[in-house]
Amino acid sequence: MASTGIVENQFIETELNVSAKRTENLFRILFMLMAGLLILPVLIILTTLIVKGSSMISFEFLFSNPTNGMTAGGIFPALLGTVWLVGVALIISVPVGVAAAVYLSEYAPDNWFTRAINLAIINLAGVPSIVHALFGVGAFVIFFGFGTSILAASMTLAVMTLPVVIVATRESLQAVPHAFREACWNMGATRWQTIRRVVLPNSVSGILTGVILEVSRTTGETAPIMFTGAAFFIPVLPESVFDQTMALSLHLFVVATQVPNVPDALPYGVALVLISMVLLMNSASIALRMHLRGKKKW
Amino acid sequence: MVSTAEDMASVASTHDSAVKLAVRDVAIRYGSTTAISGITLEVKENEIFGIIGPANAGKTSFLKALNRMNDFNSEMSVDGEILFEGTNIRDVRNVYALRNRIGVVFPLPVGLPLTVYENVAFVPRLRGITDKAELDVIVERCLTRAALWDEVKDRLDSLGSLLSGGQQQRLTIARALSQEPELLMLDEFSIAVDPVTTMRIEDVLKELKPEMSIILVTNLVQQARRLADRTAFFLDGECVEIGATEDLFNGQVKDSRTTDYIEGRFG
Repeated sequence: MASTGIVENQFIETELNVSAKRTENLFRILFMLMAGLLILPVLIILTTLIVKGSSMISFEFLFSNPTNGMTAGGIFPALLGTVWLVGVALIISVPVGVAAAVYLSEYAPDNWFTRAINLAIINLAGVPSIVHALFGVGAFVIFFGFGTSILAASMTLAVMTLPVVIVATRESLQAVPHAFREACWNMGATRWQTIRRVVLPNSVSGILTGVILEVSRTTGETAPIMFTGAAFFIPVLPESVFDQTMALSLHLFVVATQVPNVPDALPYGVALVLISMVLLMNSASIALRMHLRGKKKW
Repeated sequence: MVSTAEDMASVASTHDSAVKLAVRDVAIRYGSTTAISGITLEVKENEIFGIIGPANAGKTSFLKALNRMNDFNSEMSVDGEILFEGTNIRDVRNVYALRNRIGVVFPLPVGLPLTVYENVAFVPRLRGITDKAELDVIVERCLTRAALWDEVKDRLDSLGSLLSGGQQQRLTIARALSQEPELLMLDEFSIAVDPVTTMRIEDVLKELKPEMSIILVTNLVQQARRLADRTAFFLDGECVEIGATEDLFNGQVKDSRTTDYIEGRFG
């Protein structure tokens, strides 16, 4: 009996234990609340948009022109314009970004030049989008003489999203084990042969994920396109990259703040379409990643 | 074996056709740290040249220098002369062709994340062979010689990187054989391989000997005894001794540390 007494004594809660436990619980709940708060804005935004905007959504709304000074009708020119802007931006930024990332990951020696490039990427990612917009006006609209056009707007978007593509690509290249490269080099393969046959095929899933995330970000951008190629109101669809176009994000800004007598539901409808496009793209990215991750290669 | 300055001079003037690889006074440094120094040795045609020694003896660095993998590491500098068939490898412009003639097998098996078939067809494809029938022949021959064909012939389309460790190591050897190497370098190939596979690979190496030179770096002294014609003992970045394997294991050594190591008194 005496020995049991000693054992029990060892586990008796002291005052210190009690207070430690209380603090532990306090912090756990505090941290959980903060993490839980993240869901709140998403829920509020989505519910509001669905409740107030879903009445707008129809085939008519998606595929017809705005009418009556943008207070009625559809959003087709803006929808198509966003597809144009994002598509052209991708055509520019993906090849440049992937090539730059391949250089940085596979070729670049560790010297001042490489460090300068890395610094540039970090800084490029930190430039505010309105500054990108003004840069786009100066560089593409005026200096290169593209005028306010899809091309100028898309190039501005491309410059802005380049860091995303580069970083995502570089990370997925780095995820391919170095031993594979060494094995190829030892067999007499050049760096490019190694990249093409072993490294790139095994990092394509990560690169695609990065590209899709870039698309979803580009879709919502407003500032970089409003001075460079997106128009307030154009009733005709763009025919080439040198035309101006409407865009969903700018259209939302316009109908929400710039046009009088807009029915309440209209801006919500536009926002719902915009956010659906982004969410759709993000889900595609997640699905793709899960699909490709399922195929274990090593 | 080259041991004196005069011998070295004679080798320099006339290339002995029986010598595949001649190494003279080679030192390897990483930054300011010296990994190995003063290494002088020769590897002959159709011999298995064993290199034994404890960890940090510089064995792996030595192999890296032989096919100029140091080009990929700006920290690593190689001094001295390395002659492959009489040509100083530092003067070789087409370093890819040099590496292509030297097969390498690593301690940890590296099956490329390609199919078993494509692992072995990798180098033939780099050489421009596209004919399927021709590739089929090469793949089957190399896998057979690496004692792997029977185990993988029904799943040539599965990933080489997902084979078992022992199979991957034989796949690596099959891949090296697809290079039709004149020199095969194995760096502690049995470290991640079961004893049965180890013995099978050792048999493969004996069969390959009539066709190529083999450098066998091993931390198993008995493996060197079983396979190597001559053996070098590396210790702390120096080559302590080179001799006929039989002599070293019979105690006919110039340096007592060799016997100490072989008999397991240190290392």
